[in-house]
Amino acid sequence: SLFRLTVARPFSTSHSSVDSKEMKKFQLLAHKWWDEEGEYSALHSMNDIRVPFIRDTLLSMSSNYHLGNPLSGVKILDVGCGGGLLSEPLGRLGASVTGIDPLEDNIRTADQHKSFDPVLASRIQYKSSSLEEIVEDSMETFDVIVASEVVEHVADLETFIRCCSQVLKPEGSLFITTINKTQLSYILGIVVAEKIMGIVPEGTHEWEKFVPPEELEHLLESNGFSVKTVNGMLYNPLSGSWSWMESTSLNYAVHAVKLGAQGQSGTTDAPSEMDIQQCSATAGTAG
Amino acid sequence: SSADMAAVRGRALLAPLGARLRPQPRAPLRSAASAPPLYDVVVSGGGMVGSAMAAALGHDIHFHDKKIALLEAGPRKEYDHMPDSYSNRVSSISPGSATLLSSFGAWDHVCSLRLKPFRRMQVWDACSEALIIFEKDDLDDMGYIVENDVIMSALTKQLDAVADRVEVFYGSRAVGYTWPLPSHSCDTSPWVQIELADGRRLQTKLLIGADGHNSVVRKEAEIKNIEHQYDQSAVVATLHLSEATDNNVAWQRFLPTGPIALLPLSDTASSLVWSTSHQHASELLSMDEESFVDSINSAFWSNINHSDFIDSAGAMFRSALSLLKPSGTAVRQLPPSVAKVDPDSRAMFPLGMGHATEYVQHRVALIGDAAHRVHPLAGQGVNLGFGDIACLAHHLSAAAFNGSDLGSLKHLLKFETERQRHNVSLIAATDVLKRLYSTSLAPLVLLRTWGLQVTNALPPVKVRI
Repeated sequence: SLFRLTVARPFSTSHSSVDSKEMKKFQLLAHKWWDEEGEYSALHSMNDIRVPFIRDTLLSMSSNYHLGNPLSGVKILDVGCGGGLLSEPLGRLGASVTGIDPLEDNIRTADQHKSFDPVLASRIQYKSSSLEEIVEDSMETFDVIVASEVVEHVADLETFIRCCSQVLKPEGSLFITTINKTQLSYILGIVVAEKIMGIVPEGTHEWEKFVPPEELEHLLESNGFSVKTVNGMLYNPLSGSWSWMESTSLNYAVHAVKLGAQGQSGTTDAPSEMDIQQCSATAGTAG
Repeated sequence: SSADMAAVRGRALLAPLGARLRPQPRAPLRSAASAPPLYDVVVSGGGMVGSAMAAALGHDIHFHDKKIALLEAGPRKEYDHMPDSYSNRVSSISPGSATLLSSFGAWDHVCSLRLKPFRRMQVWDACSEALIIFEKDDLDDMGYIVENDVIMSALTKQLDAVADRVEVFYGSRAVGYTWPLPSHSCDTSPWVQIELADGRRLQTKLLIGADGHNSVVRKEAEIKNIEHQYDQSAVVATLHLSEATDNNVAWQRFLPTGPIALLPLSDTASSLVWSTSHQHASELLSMDEESFVDSINSAFWSNINHSDFIDSAGAMFRSALSLLKPSGTAVRQLPPSVAKVDPDSRAMFPLGMGHATEYVQHRVALIGDAAHRVHPLAGQGVNLGFGDIACLAHHLSAAAFNGSDLGSLKHLLKFETERQRHNVSLIAATDVLKRLYSTSLAPLVLLRTWGLQVTNALPPVKVRI
């Protein structure tokens, strides 16, 4: 039944990026992911802009193009993959995708959904895990990390970003989509979206945890990333579709690149050796 | 509940109410673990429209790694050698359709076989002098008369060229379809299951129904079809003209019994499409060749249906019009006269109109005559189908490049909206024209006479048509 309770692994250390209160919210909706017209319809239609954004950014950075499989050969980590809404299109475009989510029920839904398509089943691997738990075994493994609609749910954003840096190859790309912390995002993102129009299930978001782009940029740049693009996004509830916009006062997307060994475009500090070791040590003891 | 959510959107996304799940498959030789082969797209129906759809997708770069199947009930026909005589089934191909066919390399084959471009269309009324002439100002062709066999030959060649992506199943008729439940709620397969007459089974993410006006896909999907049988049949034949001529004009005359059209095939031959009552059609088929030819010439030349009243009223209107717009009316040409008919080229088929209320459902799309059927008087039939293909292929290509599930209603609905918007007005107008011209009652004749004359004199209206 929908309300079957799973004993979630306790993630209570303060260094963890997973917030157990957040997990409980998603538990109840673990079976609703793939109803295109249901609670997650706005995430389904977000694919119409976030997939081309990721695809075109990566295509513009590479010189190879495989007909019919633009992302062939690219290893992608989808953090907070939920039911696999973003993993699947990326898999269809040819990428090898690892999707992780701390909630087992989400992973179960995602696994079941991909199982009917042999191509997807072979290209996508799902794992019930937090980001920290995979760091040790996945140092500099991925070409791309996508963290879409995730950072507004994590407990410790700086830890999260550091771990992203560790599992990403040098010059690898990090894509984030999230919600700004503004008066407008409170009115539209919480009051209207959750309480009035039901675009987002009520209680999904806490305005306190929204992340202004300036703060995100600062955290990224001080942890070895160079921010390349910041784009505002707008959801039209009447048409159910997303579009890009100048202003980042509501939703926005970020593309950042992990600096290479030499550290180009010298505006950022490379992470110190001690920082990296501390993060791995923490990951080893978490959970 | 999920049903409420679907209702909020205002469109039933669930598979048709009462979707039938067929009983367990009779596949004793197969283990339960081996699922039928899964295709990305299956096109049901290997006629001009179905074959062109499969070829268009097969040549699309975003479908490079996809698997497509085309199901055709008939046997594979070899077209390497075109007979000298013309086939009696021809189509008027618009420039837009030619563009679609050249987008996957089929138009070159058509041109290297045979076709007849025409520059002008002259349409007139048997009950009056009113006529309308369509021609392009520039020296471009208005359209092309092409035998259906020629088009099929070109399509078959282009399908062979992408045989690694497109598998054509000849002699394969689909006898059953099983529709998936909305994918979020089930543990059963989310794909469309297809059962063939020989017991083979296929699965697909998207089923495209191109199986003609009696579409099985449409019926099995329980999509309501608005249809109407006209009390008319079309008589087709291949004709030889009395004398060689440039023959780059398509002629159509509206008789009270129905329109008669002469479509150019070469400088000496034309194709006949004569829509008339079932009885008259049978008579035309059974009479001897000389009488048949006489009937055709008489239909084009005789003024027997004119009445003095209509003639003078028409003439008055024409002079009034020329005061307002002196350059309005173009020169009337005389249609060619026919000398003989190709033996064994006479045939007839019944006419009707049809329009599906929906073109798409979850994992299903209808194109061509399966979606809409028109009277041949507008020469549009296959062009509407090619227009459907251009639109659907565009949306599927974009969906593939976005990594979307090909059977998702999101982009299928965009196809439906665009095509219904385009098709409905044309189908309705064709139907109205058909009914308007099926009478010799004076008031209606006068109305259409004046209408035709005004249309002829007004460039913007003509261009729109």
